[in-house]
Amino acid sequence: MSIGHALLGLLEGGPRHGYDLKRAYDERFGQDRPLHYGQVYSTLSRLLKNGLVTEAGVEAGDGPERKRYAITDAGVTDVERWLSTPEKPEPYLQNTLYAKVVLALLSGRSATEVLDTQRAAHLTTMRELTRRKADGDLADQLICDFALFHLEADLRWLELTAARVDQLAAEVMR
Amino acid sequence: MSLLRAEGLSKSFGKTHALEDAGITIRAGEVVAVMGPSGSGKSTLLHCLAGILPPDRGTVHYRDHFGSDRELTAMNDGERSELRRTEFGFVFQFGQLVPELTCLENVALPLRLSGMKRKNAERAARDWLARLEVDGVADQRPGETSGGQGQRVAIARALVTGPKVIFADEPTGALDSLNGERVMHLLTTAARETGAAVVLVTHEPRVAAYSDREVVVRDGRSRDVEFAR
Ligand SMILES: Nc1ncnc2c1ncn2[C@@H]1O[C@H](COP(=O)(O)OP(=O)(O)OP(=O)(O)O)[C@@H](O)[C@H]1O
Ligand SMILES: [Mg+2]
Repeated sequence: MSIGHALLGLLEGGPRHGYDLKRAYDERFGQDRPLHYGQVYSTLSRLLKNGLVTEAGVEAGDGPERKRYAITDAGVTDVERWLSTPEKPEPYLQNTLYAKVVLALLSGRSATEVLDTQRAAHLTTMRELTRRKADGDLADQLICDFALFHLEADLRWLELTAARVDQLAAEVMR
Repeated sequence: MSLLRAEGLSKSFGKTHALEDAGITIRAGEVVAVMGPSGSGKSTLLHCLAGILPPDRGTVHYRDHFGSDRELTAMNDGERSELRRTEFGFVFQFGQLVPELTCLENVALPLRLSGMKRKNAERAARDWLARLEVDGVADQRPGETSGGQGQRVAIARALVTGPKVIFADEPTGALDSLNGERVMHLLTTAARETGAAVVLVTHEPRVAAYSDREVVVRDGRSRDVEFAR
């Protein structure tokens, strides 16, 4: 996640303090990973240096928390560019699970055991997300669904591989 | 303590060994997902467990609401169908509602078959339709409802008799993700509220995620992780 772009996007709603920005970010996007203050201020000073935000007044009793930041025209253009550029589809080709399966086969261990253990762990996490979804609002649901669909894709791969484990063993041992 | 327990189940169809020494244990009120590849024997296991299909070998024991142990595999057809009617509920992928009856009449049907008066049966049926958020289709026939609405009506019908076990074979198989999840949420919530156990056959991980635990079937053998020892 590009934190800089997310903060810029939040600033489009109007100038805010660094502390305010952190709170707004955490509330919307920080479910599992809230921002550190350090991250917020280092990001803001970078945006400031690049002319994407400006200081919009300092309140009495200085210290960095007192500064308000506002987005500039260049900042708005930057957010626009970010939103209209697709994220690179991540093909996840460096797959640890695949390596574990192959190494289990090469060493004469049970690859099925590796796959079953992983499957159980995946389903346990999927159950937690499903429960969280049931108790949450629409934002929670959408965030959990994103994770659930990805975990489901992993699980489908685990199943497919389990069904082909004998075939894979024959190829690996050749 | 187990509510339903199957041991050493084998079942062949001609040369096909659908089940080979399969076992599974279901406790009162738990939701168990039965997963595994197509053709691995999931539906056959469910049918044997529910007393729809007699296995070639093996036993199925059920503890009824009086707390007495009853062996399904030792009952005759009449006893088994009586047990299914009074203690079990069923939800399949589709085709389980009577097309000539309205949705309300469909849900009331199991109660009517048990001798309940029409008025009382339909009142209970209406309550269940409302709990599953489909009271709006009460007077429509199943053919006039959407897939998701039809499944909710089928779940209402499965729950209306207060069963101890719901057997569900791919209950969301014909639905899109959003409707499927809604149906799973309503089914598991209702089952938890009434204390019914659910045996849920599915190959969809997101559907299985509504369960408390899973049992994997491969080549007719079940792997009941929790009860393997
Ligand atoms: N009535 C039947 N007559 C003949 N063969 C059958 C019958 N029912 C099941 N089988 C066979 O038994 C095996 C197990 O079938 P079953 O329906 O239990 O699989 P399943 O795991 O439910 O598959 P799916 O995910 O495709 O529904 C399959 O090879 C199937 O072809
Ligand atoms: Mg099946």
